Amino acid sequence: MKIALKNCHLIHPLQKINKKAGLLLEDGIISKIGNLSAEDLKNAEVFDLKDNFIAPGFFDMHVHLREPGREDEETVLTGCDAAAQGGFTGIACMPNTEPALDSAEVISLIKDKAKNHLVEVFPVGAATVDRKGEVLSPMAELYDAGAVGFSDDGVAIKTARILKTALEYSTMFDVPIIEHCEDDSLAGGAMNEGVTSTFLGLPPIPSVAEDLIVMRDILMAEYTGGKVHIAHMSTKKSAQMVREAKAKGIRVTSEVSPHHFTLTDEAVKGYNTNTKMNPPLRTQEDVEAMLEGLRDGTIDCIASDHAPHSLEEKEMEFEYAPNGIVGLETQIGLALTELYHKKVLTIEQVVEKFGINPRKILNLPICNFEVGQEANFTIFDANEIWSVDISQFKSKSKNSPFNKRLLKGKATGVINKKKMILNGKSQEL
Amino acid sequence: MPLSSRHLLGLETTPKEDIKLILDTATTFKEVLERPIKRVPTLQGKTVVNLFYENSTRTRISFELAEKRLSADAVNFAVSTSSVSKGETFKDTIKNIEAMKIDMVVVRHAAAGTPLYLTQLCDSHIINAGDGIHEHPTQGLLDMYSIREKLGKLEGVKVCIVGDIAHSRVALSNIFGLKTIGAEVSVCGPATMIPHSIKELGVKVFHNIDEAIQENDVLNILRIQLERKARSNFPSLREYHRFYGITNDRLEKNGKDILILHLGPINRGVEISSEVADGNKQIILQQVTNGVAVRMAVLYLLGTQN
Repeated sequence: MKIALKNCHLIHPLQKINKKAGLLLEDGIISKIGNLSAEDLKNAEVFDLKDNFIAPGFFDMHVHLREPGREDEETVLTGCDAAAQGGFTGIACMPNTEPALDSAEVISLIKDKAKNHLVEVFPVGAATVDRKGEVLSPMAELYDAGAVGFSDDGVAIKTARILKTALEYSTMFDVPIIEHCEDDSLAGGAMNEGVTSTFLGLPPIPSVAEDLIVMRDILMAEYTGGKVHIAHMSTKKSAQMVREAKAKGIRVTSEVSPHHFTLTDEAVKGYNTNTKMNPPLRTQEDVEAMLEGLRDGTIDCIASDHAPHSLEEKEMEFEYAPNGIVGLETQIGLALTELYHKKVLTIEQVVEKFGINPRKILNLPICNFEVGQEANFTIFDANEIWSVDISQFKSKSKNSPFNKRLLKGKATGVINKKKMILNGKSQEL
Repeated sequence: MPLSSRHLLGLETTPKEDIKLILDTATTFKEVLERPIKRVPTLQGKTVVNLFYENSTRTRISFELAEKRLSADAVNFAVSTSSVSKGETFKDTIKNIEAMKIDMVVVRHAAAGTPLYLTQLCDSHIINAGDGIHEHPTQGLLDMYSIREKLGKLEGVKVCIVGDIAHSRVALSNIFGLKTIGAEVSVCGPATMIPHSIKELGVKVFHNIDEAIQENDVLNILRIQLERKARSNFPSLREYHRFYGITNDRLEKNGKDILILHLGPINRGVEISSEVADGNKQIILQQVTNGVAVRMAVLYLLGTQN
């Protein structure tokens, strides 16, 4: 099948492309880039992209799919639907399922469930058996089954000794150890420690709980030569340590979640459980440090930490409610609104944070604008103004603090695996 | 003049006029408590549910007596905290209770913010009887009432709250209420018991109890939690008593008339010595009496709103 995409705004920072052009795809393979002639359009289904950007397929490297174990909250397929709706052609799913992603069988199960979907799913294997931090998981076997990184996400790898072993072992596959940085003995609170936690009487989590583990992990990456990726970074000090480590050539990368560059802990006033997540919302100073980190490249990518929870679990006393919010379907809008339109990042940098760097970190191929390549693209309108409506989410869960928020910029389509979804309409290519 | 709010959730959000109104109204009810027949028909036909998700004897009895003396129908609903994770959700419990047609809920809960959450779930008037380490507004009000009764005023009075400020809902309610009304508030305790961001609450911090005694008119002494977990913030009860315990020697050494409050139950020999707890500077039992009057005032002012 032949389709013609007219009036595209191609953007590809690696190829240094930022231009308006047409794109011709035949059976999902790029057959022409440039002005489309009458001959090109013959027998083609034509779509007018109205100058929407088209970029290498966006990738969210921090998603909780809840399968296996909590299929009432999300499944591989509903998570993929949410990812597609949010503008992502690939996601990495975290291993804190029940059972954890610590066996080749579970990794294969997830790959298998997703195999016919437009969105590709790359599991992150557990770094230790059952994420308990005691025994190293069968990392080589998990890698062979399709794991693209290893993590005990939900918690940091428990001890320095097992972290050292995991990092050393991971160098054989050159995949990152993805760390949820939080010192266990300082964990367990309900919000960031500060003025607001004092006023609200909520048990606090000090920012130093994150900083300590970031420091430990950087030192261990330096010592072992392994790759550490700091997940959902949220504090000013963490950003500074990652900045300095990168300057020294230590193999450390980092991500930030949209809520950590959009909201502060003041959002917790009112005890809305959709403002409860871990790491918690921090202070304005931390938010500014996240923006600075994004700007100067300390923070490589943006990842949602999409954490679906059922309504009855979140409709609860704040201290008892689980941590986390869904984010797949709002994060491109939030990034364009808060980063691009507020001139923190250029459009090229936004594309890097979503479409280039996450794939680089996980050693995954990046689709170029080249004849013969299989199309893997995200299409977005940088200027569309829309209002978040949780009832329209494809995700099974609706736990978002951004409901009714006005955003500027929206994902409008995705193309991958010879499939396209454009403005909500899906078709085979 | 009515209260500006339908609920009493905390003193942080209670304006000065409301605090004054409650304290003045409590004076009237205190007089009722001195009568041979301690009952008025003010809340006849109103139903108040005492919803206690946390063990409490004195606060619950104080509220229950206040309700009965106003002729309200009082119902006690005690829920053991262990059932929270297993059984019915909080929301379902509330919906069920409200379906029985009630007017007010007095709530005690281990999780901060629950009274506010309750206002979103039902239409009844909500009174916070203590939520986690957030607020305990009626305790704050009765402490203020007791100080005012004894010293004749609150404006400009120097009050120091002594103990584990970081884990005390009573401390926070006292700080908010006293500051609103114009008292000078300070706190005293070991550094591990003072919240990280205390300065932004606008109170002075003492780590030396002798200085605190010298510079204040009132000491409001908090109970030290004896449970192991709560005690990890200081080395030992012996050390606490030695450096922060209020004793006659200490009061005499600093040679100053000072008013002693304690919300009870007291740990004799820990935060306060027996001779001070039974001595002539303390008003611990007057606080208990005033608690009923203050709670009557709050129930009356909210219960007679439309």
